Amino acid sequence: MAEKKTPMQEFTKGILRENPVLRLVLGTCPTLATTTSLESAIGMGLSAAIVLVCSNIVISALRKVIPQKVRIPCYIVVIAGFVTVVQMLVKAFLPALDEQLGVYLPLIVVNCIILGRAEAFAGKNRVLVSALDGLGMGVGFTAALIVMGGVRELLGSGTLLGFSVLPDSIAPMTIFVLAPGGFFVFGMLMACANRLAERKGKPKATLGCMGCPLAETCSSAEKAACANLKEGK
Amino acid sequence: MKIFLSILLTAILTNNYILSKFLGICPFLGVSKKLNTAVGMSAAVIFVMVLATAVTYPLNTLLENYGLGYLQTIVFILVIAGLVQLVEIVLRKYIPALYKALGIYLPLITTNCAVLGVTILNIDNGYTFAQSMVNSFGAGVGFLVAMVMFAGVRERLESCEIPKFLEGLPITLIAASLVSLSFLGFSGLVEGIFA
Repeated sequence: MAEKKTPMQEFTKGILRENPVLRLVLGTCPTLATTTSLESAIGMGLSAAIVLVCSNIVISALRKVIPQKVRIPCYIVVIAGFVTVVQMLVKAFLPALDEQLGVYLPLIVVNCIILGRAEAFAGKNRVLVSALDGLGMGVGFTAALIVMGGVRELLGSGTLLGFSVLPDSIAPMTIFVLAPGGFFVFGMLMACANRLAERKGKPKATLGCMGCPLAETCSSAEKAACANLKEGK
Repeated sequence: MKIFLSILLTAILTNNYILSKFLGICPFLGVSKKLNTAVGMSAAVIFVMVLATAVTYPLNTLLENYGLGYLQTIVFILVIAGLVQLVEIVLRKYIPALYKALGIYLPLITTNCAVLGVTILNIDNGYTFAQSMVNSFGAGVGFLVAMVMFAGVRERLESCEIPKFLEGLPITLIAASLVSLSFLGFSGLVEGIFA
């Protein structure tokens, strides 16, 4: 992380090298829950990306004003504000998507990608690079969701974006749009991502404190819980 | 009475928050490595879920009365974050034994989507206050059941020979998929009992 990156690299790193879902293992809940169809996956990815870019810009602009001690609550307020805006826009213009995403739309507030980027990046960097970082991470998140949503919709209901793709002779495997299929597809994608990373000599993705926004809160007495999180291979 | 039992069983078995609603996956994958941490974390989650519902439900009625329903998301997350801090301080001062057992997990719960999720779902489902409390308790117990079961599975995984490309997170996710598959077997159970 020490080397200086050009603004372009800040943008592109989120798409592959530091993909929030497959490399940093953040935001697993929406990844599993909203990928039952390609359409809701795209909707979720874009909604989260918009919140991520906006909150990164505002938090980065306010980074010298926000006191260090209360920064997490401040970040949460900013993020919750943008989530409410997105929620109202989706409700007004895309009611069908609102129906599909349901409770997961307001739950973008607790999506750890957004708080994680605020803590790890936007709180320390200039506005422009923070916006690029948010955009890159948002695109990476959306891309991962699209891959997962595509695989699950194709195998689970034989369609893509609602259009029938598979011939009738191949019966769709409903299990893929149900909960177990979500875990399974995510596991397989993770294995592929690990293989690709390994080829380039990078470590495997682990569920770590690295991306966890509350890593610093886990001091002294909390070490035990955090050590467990770190080990969670 | 029947409706309370049905809500409780639905929250624990058929609509398990982790395994079928995918809420709280981070602690599910992260803290389930040892049985005792899994139990401690789940106990803290049950506690916070019930408390958060008790506080947010009346608050939501208040917001609706003044036509401020759109503030729900902001108010809920702030109340939960504040509540968790408060609980931590009170426990540390007055019940140190409980703080020792649950305290370490409290900061991790603030951004746990299962807690915010349960408070929002209670309102979306149109539950009464009593029903909401039962649902929150059930969701917490469902969390505990899933965590404990999965901790057992992971302890067995430790001693297994795993194909190299699945080592680490992938095999954990596939194990989670199988545990979740077993919970699919409960679907229709609650309706069957109370039909």
